[in-house]
Amino acid sequence: MSAIVSISNLSKTYADGHQALKNISLDIEYGEIIALLGPNGAGKTTLISTICGIVNASSGTVTVDGYDIVEDYRVTRSLIGLVPQELTLGSFDTVTETLCFSRGLFGKKPAPALIEQLLKDLSLWNKKDNELMSLSGGMKRRVLIGKALVHEPRVLFLDEPTAGVDVELRKDMWALVRRLRESGVTIVLTTHYIEEAEEIADRVGVINNGELLLVDDKQALMQKLGKKQMVVELKDAISEIPHVLSEWVLELSTDGQQLTYTYDPRNLHTGIASLLRAISDAGLLLKDIQTTQSSLEDIFVDLVKKKI
Amino acid sequence: MNIYAIRVIYKYEMLRFRNTLMQSFASPVISTALYFVVFGSAIGSRIETINGVSYGTFIVPGLMMLTLLTQSISNASFGIFFPKFTGTIYEVMSAPISFFEILIGYVGAAATKSMIIGLVILGTAGFFVPLNIAHPVWMMGFLILTCISFSLFGFIIGLWATNFEKLQLIPMLVITPLVFLGGSFYTIDMLPPAWQTVTLFNPVVYLISGFRWSFFEVSDVSVALSLFMVLVFLILCLVVVWWMFKTGYRLKR
Repeated sequence: MSAIVSISNLSKTYADGHQALKNISLDIEYGEIIALLGPNGAGKTTLISTICGIVNASSGTVTVDGYDIVEDYRVTRSLIGLVPQELTLGSFDTVTETLCFSRGLFGKKPAPALIEQLLKDLSLWNKKDNELMSLSGGMKRRVLIGKALVHEPRVLFLDEPTAGVDVELRKDMWALVRRLRESGVTIVLTTHYIEEAEEIADRVGVINNGELLLVDDKQALMQKLGKKQMVVELKDAISEIPHVLSEWVLELSTDGQQLTYTYDPRNLHTGIASLLRAISDAGLLLKDIQTTQSSLEDIFVDLVKKKI
Repeated sequence: MNIYAIRVIYKYEMLRFRNTLMQSFASPVISTALYFVVFGSAIGSRIETINGVSYGTFIVPGLMMLTLLTQSISNASFGIFFPKFTGTIYEVMSAPISFFEILIGYVGAAATKSMIIGLVILGTAGFFVPLNIAHPVWMMGFLILTCISFSLFGFIIGLWATNFEKLQLIPMLVITPLVFLGGSFYTIDMLPPAWQTVTLFNPVVYLISGFRWSFFEVSDVSVALSLFMVLVFLILCLVVVWWMFKTGYRLKR
């Protein structure tokens, strides 16, 4: 699969000296959903804004579908749709008017049927004649998505799309993102909600302090960096870990009833079977066993902490 | 050329004008009517004719210019400042549209509004004083050029301004005094000799002079010089806007 967006050695230093992007290189593939994770101020919005033409890069290049974003800005921008983080909308225009405005800005002739379908898809059809200022925050977010999609882009940038929206709308948006991907739209999503990336992304990139720490397939990332833990619940509490179990790195809970064993699931021999035998040989009676996989959040926190 | 983009920006701006129709028209028309009552009737009746033109009629081009300049600047500066202020400018900046197309949309709409208001004022003036325009084509030419030039200037102010105070600063402190001292209500030769020289540094003098010539065939400076000065101002504004877009000044971070 080739890249629809190719970012090469991109850096951005603002006038006040703050370096928001540090030599970022990234290929975004056709039709994928990639989530860029990072804490506030990590550089996610700067990265998106640079690709969309809102921020000038200090150095580096970006191509969209093979076209340079500076030299061929007309082509690249017509391929891109952007949903900004802030609810930036006019006040007195109606929902339909603002969508018509956006479509025209991108050089497309009016398409009432397409706008009607889009409004229906976004559950905005019954609000089509409402003034924007009369809409709720969630509705405004939908309008912004509509404005970004109305010129039929091939790449959609969603900058913190579910910030401050309720659970229902968040799920609606995730469903919409999946539908868009099925229609061939590439989605680039920035978020600091790990569950969002975990739920919908194919690949995850982690940004912190303007650096792209890693990019990998979500599952591969979880497998590569994720740890598994087995928690063995004992029938009777113990005061210390028996000497025969010193071969395994175990933690004993404060109440003495749980032994936690952390292991790498990628290893051929995880040591689980031999540990369970040794526990039995040590005369300890098992009450329950459970295993947990570390989440993307654990991985993310781990990565960011290491870099601070 | 992105014709659709120009069209939607222009239409959007004109729609804003339509939504505020009362304040857009009422304010300049009432002000002009008051000027005619005060200067044309009350004071003007005691002033002799100037170059064979009654005082009330004489001030019509100056009054039109006063309104055209202030309206052009205010329309264009607000048109671009407001999306900057609300953040909706992101959409224009990320659209496949060149700086020239953005200009045609915003400045074209601002200039159109000013022209409409200018013509309304001309019509209003007709109720108060007899009017006979000697060169209607030149009059329209000066009108259009002035509206475009000062809408461009307003656009620059809108790009430059970072708050509402700055938006009002230049129109209030620079433009209004220049218009009042630019021969709106008098001819330059009515001033003392020293002030006649000083006033030649005021660019508005050339605008009013050329505009007045198109009405009465009398002017303070030659028509060619007036036209040249308007074109110089227009080109200067275009260069500044081009530089602002090229560098992203106050638009891109």
